[in-house]
Amino acid sequence: MSTILLLARRELGAHFKNLIGYVVIAALLLLDGLMFHAYALGDGKNLSSEVLREFFYYSSGMTGAAGILLSMRLLAEETREGTVVLLYTAPVSDWQIVLGKWLSAFLFVCLFVTLSLYLPMMIVVHGSVHPGHLAAGYLGLFLVAAATTAIGTFCSSLTSHQLVAGVLGAVLFLVLVTMWFTARIASPPLDDVLAYGAFFDKHFQPFTKGAIHTRALVYYGSVTFLALLGTRVVLGKRRWR
Amino acid sequence: MIEVSGLTKYYGSSRAIYDLDFTIESGQIVGFLGLNGAGKSTALKILAGFLLPTSGSVKLEGIDLLARPEQLRSRIGFLPEQPALYGEMTVRGFLAYLARLRRYPAASVSKRVELVAERTGLSEVLDDLISTLSLGYRRRAGIAQAIVHDPALVILDEPISGLDPVQIVEMRRLIRDLGGEHTILISSHILTEVEETCDSLVVLRNGELVAQGSEEDLLGRFNSALSLRATIRGDLSRVHETLTALDVVTDVRSEELPGEDALFTITLERDEPEVVSEALVKAGLGLRRLEAAHNQLEELFLEVTTGTGGEL
Repeated sequence: MSTILLLARRELGAHFKNLIGYVVIAALLLLDGLMFHAYALGDGKNLSSEVLREFFYYSSGMTGAAGILLSMRLLAEETREGTVVLLYTAPVSDWQIVLGKWLSAFLFVCLFVTLSLYLPMMIVVHGSVHPGHLAAGYLGLFLVAAATTAIGTFCSSLTSHQLVAGVLGAVLFLVLVTMWFTARIASPPLDDVLAYGAFFDKHFQPFTKGAIHTRALVYYGSVTFLALLGTRVVLGKRRWR
Repeated sequence: MIEVSGLTKYYGSSRAIYDLDFTIESGQIVGFLGLNGAGKSTALKILAGFLLPTSGSVKLEGIDLLARPEQLRSRIGFLPEQPALYGEMTVRGFLAYLARLRRYPAASVSKRVELVAERTGLSEVLDDLISTLSLGYRRRAGIAQAIVHDPALVILDEPISGLDPVQIVEMRRLIRDLGGEHTILISSHILTEVEETCDSLVVLRNGELVAQGSEEDLLGRFNSALSLRATIRGDLSRVHETLTALDVVTDVRSEELPGEDALFTITLERDEPEVVSEALVKAGLGLRRLEAAHNQLEELFLEVTTGTGGEL
């Protein structure tokens, strides 16, 4: 565990010293605020819970984008710069490398998610919000962050170009997001499989309403685990190639 | 001690190294020689613990690479040809991070970093960002990271590549200083570098081991004539007579130089240049300069690695 934290701490330091991280967070926070103003507060919604639900809905997309963008450099940059040799020749396992890298990106995206807290705080000041609704929504956002940073980490392990990794991650993310649509036009039993695979549709909706479903926890946990497992397999093959 | 036995590596159907067997005693500085594609990098990557051999074994201080790879890696330091450095970190932060990652006792990391920085001449830039360092300092930082966890084996891939002459002399001194304390493997294309710093050599050709031993051992076994180049002032025919009368001389060729000097290329049967100089001086001929016609290690390298000198 200490090795994973050591790896994550170094990587987190690199995130904080990298201008791209700040630009991504600033841009997404700006977009989050604009969405909040234009959609969550718009359309004549009167209930605080409705505004909060809309906030979580739009914020989940921003969090997903942050997860992909902030994890795309993790392994791709190490491969391109040749510093990956420092990891491969160190007495650390592939799992420790993968978890350390992912944890750093996850914590950095959590920073973005936490910084967005000022938006629901405005609802708290001007309306009435149940703390449970807020907690469930943020739990959902953290789970989205975990899953998308894992997807980004996986894509980052496939190439030495972080932009290519970013594009791959975005494509994979979009495929998962649009599965709700393909589920509607698919025939049974494929439609059920696709519907279960959809990233936001059934799994994130409960969080926006303040509910926590075990099925959603399992889904986001599974996506995170499978993406990290894939990264571990790629690293393992490359290490001994 | 490093024990390599039957080490073989295939990339698909292509053979990179085949059946390497060698032993290296602790504290030695060993040069890894071979032409491009001879298998040096593959062998070094396997020894560094991040490439799996197809068959064979590597043991360092009795630790088997395949059985306990992580433990073995904690005893190895590796400097790749292009130093792998995190530019956004300070030298101090970088060295401390790698020392901890390689399981150096946490309580002693700060002291160790200071010590290694002093040994590698990095003390004055210890708190500078790595991205701001000159190439010479970056090379030193590369060596420092390779020894910061006090490994038993240090592998240096082309350590003087890209350095200026002053930096080369400093790097050579540093490598010699590290010998004895660590076992050092150096891969280099610069033969004089290997000659200056290494106690013994491992020579590869087409992925196979063709020679191992000290430079003297190999030259002794090397079935090649030694050539001398002599600048002599005096009667050409007398010089020829004097030289050809010696048992050790097998061939003499001359060419006239501007002025009264002539340049002689003398081929010897044995490594006894002192016999030649003594004979020339006794004959009262003006011996102005006497030197080896070629770098002996270069001859050895070329003949062994290209296969023209036979097996050693």
